[in-house]
Amino acid sequence: MARYASVLELIGNTPVVDISGLSPKPNVTILAKLEGRNPAGSVKDRVALSLIEAAERDGVLIPGKPDQILIEPSSGNTGIALAMVCRLRGYHLKVVLPTNVSPERKQLLLAFGAEIIDSPGSEGSNGAVRLAHVLAEENPEWTFLYQYANPANPLAHYRTTGPEILSDVPEITHFVAGLGTSGTLMGVGKFLKEQKPGVQIWAVEPPSGEMVDGLRSLEDGYIPPIFTDNLGTELLDRKVVVRPRESIEWTRRLTEVGLFAGISSGAIMAGAVKCANLIPDGETATIVTIVCDDGWKYLSTGAWSDDIDDVVERAKKIIYF
Amino acid sequence: MGGVSIMEVEGATIGDVLGSLTVKYPAIKGQLLNDDGTLHRFLNVYINDDDVRYLGGVEAPVANEDEITLLPAVAGGAA
Repeated sequence: MARYASVLELIGNTPVVDISGLSPKPNVTILAKLEGRNPAGSVKDRVALSLIEAAERDGVLIPGKPDQILIEPSSGNTGIALAMVCRLRGYHLKVVLPTNVSPERKQLLLAFGAEIIDSPGSEGSNGAVRLAHVLAEENPEWTFLYQYANPANPLAHYRTTGPEILSDVPEITHFVAGLGTSGTLMGVGKFLKEQKPGVQIWAVEPPSGEMVDGLRSLEDGYIPPIFTDNLGTELLDRKVVVRPRESIEWTRRLTEVGLFAGISSGAIMAGAVKCANLIPDGETATIVTIVCDDGWKYLSTGAWSDDIDDVVERAKKIIYF
Repeated sequence: MGGVSIMEVEGATIGDVLGSLTVKYPAIKGQLLNDDGTLHRFLNVYINDDDVRYLGGVEAPVANEDEITLLPAVAGGAA
């Protein structure tokens, strides 16, 4: 057993496991990278550490200096990861959180000492981003790391997640991940395309669902600046939307290979299966997917135990991506 | 669109389909397409859940019975 000086040293170097038992085609291997193994429980640990370290390098944050306040919009996992790192560094974190995230996410934020600022659930993540901008402008002394636009977000994946995947799976042909801030796809995608240009990069996005109600018009739409900055439309080969029912069905099916994963990972798995189904018969392929987090934070949704119709209706109202 | 959320439209490409829509609902034209005929940047269009930006954009071919979905671009967060 290894011994570490800090929890922060446990971030990254996550395992990859073969889950081809769920592949629709015998010649298509599917491998899952288990990001729930990160200490604060999600892929966002990598991003949080990268954002904080970049701010400290730039002198925006100073470890040990009292009364330093950060503000960040998050649907949960970035907030939780930032809260953990801030707790260790002594920073005070305010997370702008839509009211319709799972209660476990709120509990975890509070556990790590973060302060929650509610944003309207009907406006989804877009509403949290908008409110964080307003508050950051009103309080210029607060640090706004802004994961949607901060190059340290995709850089975390370019420097760690991407190299880990290529090292563990040199035969990779397809990478499938979720599109939220786009940090994972931009960072891993850029690294893989540089090292192995033939690799296909597939994005999976959740349906906007109830979130559409919060948009007054298309002009309220939002594309993360890091997606635009990294020429995301050119970098991605394909983007598919996955519906709540498919997300839940595949979240459940992941348990067949022993994985108790969060609902966004079920959505990504559904995308990986769509990808596998397009591989011509007789051709081999190796798809790598991301399991963003484990299922613990979603137990209250009843995703594994309740009638699927009820769960799907509930899933339309919560943010799980 | 006038309270209608599902409708049947003719067209061989996504461009044709959106064109047919704007004939029926002229008010939404600026919401769907730019002046040069490309897709509005905050509009995502899917053929059977596949984003058309990666299938040829407005040139993406449409087959009979294909389901086309129009959704605004929104931010995710945890992925």
